[in-house]
Order: sequence, then C-alpha cells, then structure tokens
Amino acid sequence: MQIYLPIAEVSVNAFLLLGLGGLVGVLSGMFGVGGGFLMTPLLFFIGIPPAVAVATEANQIVASSFSGVLAHFKRKTVDLRMGTVLLIGGLIGAALGVMVFNYLKAQGQVDLLVKLCYVVFLGVIGGLMFIESLNAIRNTKKGKAAPRKKHNWIHGLPFKMRFRVSGLYISVIPPLVVGIAVGILAAIMGVGGGFIMVPAMIYLLGMPTKVVVGTSLFQIIFVTAFTTMLHATTNFTVDVVLAVLLLVGGVIGAQVGTRIGVKMKAEQLRILLAIMVLAVCGKLAFDLLVQPTELYSLGAAGGH
Amino acid sequence: MRRLLLACALLHGLPALAEEVVLGLSKEQVSINTNFDGSEILIFGAVKRENTIPDGAPLEVIVTVAGPSEPVTVRRKEKRFGIWVNVDAVEVDRAPSFYAVSSSTLLGLSISETEDQRHRVSIPRAIRSVGAPMNIMDSESFTDALIRIKSASDQYQLNEGTVSVDEQTLFRTAVELPAALTEGDYATRIFLTRGGDVVSQYETSIYVRKVGMERWLYALSRENAFLYGLMSLAIAIAAGWGASAVFTAFRR
Repeated sequence: MQIYLPIAEVSVNAFLLLGLGGLVGVLSGMFGVGGGFLMTPLLFFIGIPPAVAVATEANQIVASSFSGVLAHFKRKTVDLRMGTVLLIGGLIGAALGVMVFNYLKAQGQVDLLVKLCYVVFLGVIGGLMFIESLNAIRNTKKGKAAPRKKHNWIHGLPFKMRFRVSGLYISVIPPLVVGIAVGILAAIMGVGGGFIMVPAMIYLLGMPTKVVVGTSLFQIIFVTAFTTMLHATTNFTVDVVLAVLLLVGGVIGAQVGTRIGVKMKAEQLRILLAIMVLAVCGKLAFDLLVQPTELYSLGAAGGH
Repeated sequence: MRRLLLACALLHGLPALAEEVVLGLSKEQVSINTNFDGSEILIFGAVKRENTIPDGAPLEVIVTVAGPSEPVTVRRKEKRFGIWVNVDAVEVDRAPSFYAVSSSTLLGLSISETEDQRHRVSIPRAIRSVGAPMNIMDSESFTDALIRIKSASDQYQLNEGTVSVDEQTLFRTAVELPAALTEGDYATRIFLTRGGDVVSQYETSIYVRKVGMERWLYALSRENAFLYGLMSLAIAIAAGWGASAVFTAFRR
C-alpha cells in the first residue's frame, strides 16, 4: 500500500515503514538505544530526503523511548536522579550542537562530518564494547567473578551526589559532561545518542547495565522532544505521517524488545549491541572508502 | 490581460499561422491525497487548419510537461585523504522539479537546434545554468549529472516516438507523473513542427495540488509550526503510552 507523505513529498510503501519501525523498535527496547543511528540511514536509503529523515526520526524516537521507559518504570530500573543530571547536560549540549551544525552547514561539509562522526564513534564504542563483553563472557565461563568496581580519578571529583538506584556515590560532573557530549553529538548526528550514552554510563560512570537502559531512555525522550520542536519550528521538516507509521511499528517493537532484553544476560546484550554498532560503522566506512557509482549528488540550493 | 492582447495581435499579424492546436487533457488537476501513487495524464488534440494539409515535410508533434522550477546545487565527490568527499559544487539556477518531453519521432528530427534553443524544448535546454564557479572547467558534466540522476527516478523523461499522429491532424500521448510529485502548476506545451521548424505552439497548465489531510497537515506545518511540533510530540507520546498500556493489559 503506497502512501504519500505530505512534508517529505514522496510516496512510499506503508508496510515497509511499519516493518522498519518495528525492527528498530525491538532493538531500541532491548538495548536502550533510540535506534536513530540505524533508522536515519535506512530512511535515506528508501528515498526520504535527509533533512526530513533526521527531523522525523527525532519525533519517532520520542515515541519508542516513551513506550520503552514505561516498561522500565514498572520494573523500577530508571535512575531518575541520574537521568535528570544527564538531561540537564543533554539540553545544553543539544543547543551547542545545533549551533555547530548550522556553522558547518554554511561550510557545505555537513554530510561528511556526520558520516565521519558515525564511523569514529561507532567504531571506537563498538570495538571497546565487543572486547570488554567477550572478556566478561570468557571470565564467567572460567568461573571467575566479575572484577569489583575500581576506584579511579572520577571518584576524586567534588559535588558528590548519591544515586541510590544505581548504587553510586559520585560527583555530578562526569554525568553532566557525558550529557553535554551526548547532546552535542545527538544534534550533529541527528540521533538520540543512546549508543554513545549507554557505553559511557557503563564504562565511565560504572552504572549497572540493567539501570542504564531505562535511564538513557528517560534522558533521550526529553532531548529528542527538544530537537523535534527545533526542527519543526525552524526547518519545517517533521513529517507527522511518516512519524506515525514508524512509531506504530516502533512502539510495539520496543515493548517486545524490552521483554527480550530482560531474558538475556547483560554480557550477551552488550556483545549484540557491539556487533550491531560495528556493522553500521563498517557499512558507513565502506561507503566513504569505495568509489561511489554516482559521484554527483543533488541538494537544495542556498547552502553557501 | 496585456499578454492576451499581445497574443491576439500576434495571431492577427501572422497569417502564416495556418495550423493551430485544439487541445484536450484527461484531467486538468492532479490531486495528491494520502494514497497518491503517481498519475497518468492523457494529452490529446487535433490540428485546426483553414487550408489543405501543406506539402513537404510531415507534421510532427512535441509535448512537454514541466514542473515548477527551482535552483539546485550539484556536488561532485573526489578522493581526498583516502575517502570520498564532496569537493566541487555547481549551482544550477533553474531546474524543473519534473520535466517530460514526448515527441512523435526522434526529438532531433522533430525540432532543429535553433528552434530547440529558442523554445527550450529538450531536457538540457530546459535547465538553465549560467554561473559555474571559475575553478570548474567542466560545468557541463554537472548538468549532465543532474539530468542523469533525475532521469533515473523518472523525474526527467525523454519519450521519443510516444506521440501518435493520425493523418497529420489528430494526436495523442500519455505522460506518466511519478509518485514523488511536488505541488505547483505544471506548464504543458504542445509544439507542431515541420522540417524542424515550429509552425504552431500551444500552452496550458496542469494543476498539481495536495488535498484533504495532506493539504491540512502541510498548511499547519508552515503556518503554525509550533502547534504542529507540539501535535507531533503529543501523537508520539500518546502512541508510546498506548502501546505500553496495551502490552501490560495483555500480560495480565
């Protein structure tokens, strides 16, 4: 069934969009990532104009994250206090990121920057997670207990705060910095930023994996809602029909994904996420390195 | 009004215009609704003439349909530091969003080079590109790329031999409008040619409009963007909540 999207001004298959939404929704629920880093390139691929894809994706992430976070609230796996600190950082970062984005758009190299960001961040994070979870799985097989959390420089910083749900007593500076960094990247890359935040929370802040997913979803809702409003009021690129189709599939997928996530071991969950992140990274790097079949591309004029 | 007067003056002042087009369209308005999936427009007509069919070269018919024009930036990638990067860019001043040219025989035989240049009939002529930056020598390859990319998605069509002409009097053709269509007035031109010269020309418009929900959403997103944004968010949150509630109910 073909459906015409009023803002994107293209006609696409409705079931294809529902399916894409569902698939990305499952991943979103399982890993606590918004799924934007997968969905945005997929939308480009099926012919949605990039500006519309990025803006609409932000709106869709709000829905799937909301659905996911409710499931996590019921299981009490959301650290609201940590989420709020991350959110404050995230909003500051998003505002900064939009400024950087507009500056680079004026330079005409924003596509390349976005792709390089994807390759670098996905590659580093995916690689680190993959190695770490592989070691963890090997250790459990050998019967060794996971190593105790080590005290590092992070624990020496001032403004300490107790995060009861995460079982942490650390300074607010690291989560705030993580929030800002994720906000900047989220705005530049047009994604929720969960795939950066989740590893940062696990490895930098030392939060338990089960709490990380719900907390990152909580933060993502607000940052992407903010981004949606920015895009809707400045660029007029949010396509509500496209968003509805994606989110109908997405919210159902997120519920399914959350339930799959509960049944899986934390190490398995992490290694799967790592493989997925590396796969997307590999595809993007491949596109940058191999000569494209069409060297030319069309864009709206006025990008000087 | 002035243009009409001018047209009348031209008509009376040029008795050489012995052949005229009488045109019919299967539809003058294309409505884009939610399940719009492209449209086919039948363009047909007859040649009205006072005298008998002139001798010499046979009558050929060319039909062009052009969507609203807009400036387009064409970028070219080059290998820099091992990766493919957009380096050169050329701004094409005016390129129609859609352009289809149909002819009764090969386009090169239907219309001469000079007439093509004057009336901007063929696809390369329909695109206007003036100022390529100084450092780009091969600006033509950029317009070629524009045509190639647009043709690949059926936005630009060259349909040679698709206009059927009977007895040098009746003609008809069908133009396929793709699903990815923008709003606007689609200028439709009919040229009658003999031996490569345009002997008569007729112009009309096909109106492409969004209707119903498409129209409403589009208007809201432009005129009341803040409300539109809030509405999008409200729908997103409601859908997220709804799905969560439904799944909880199932589990009980």
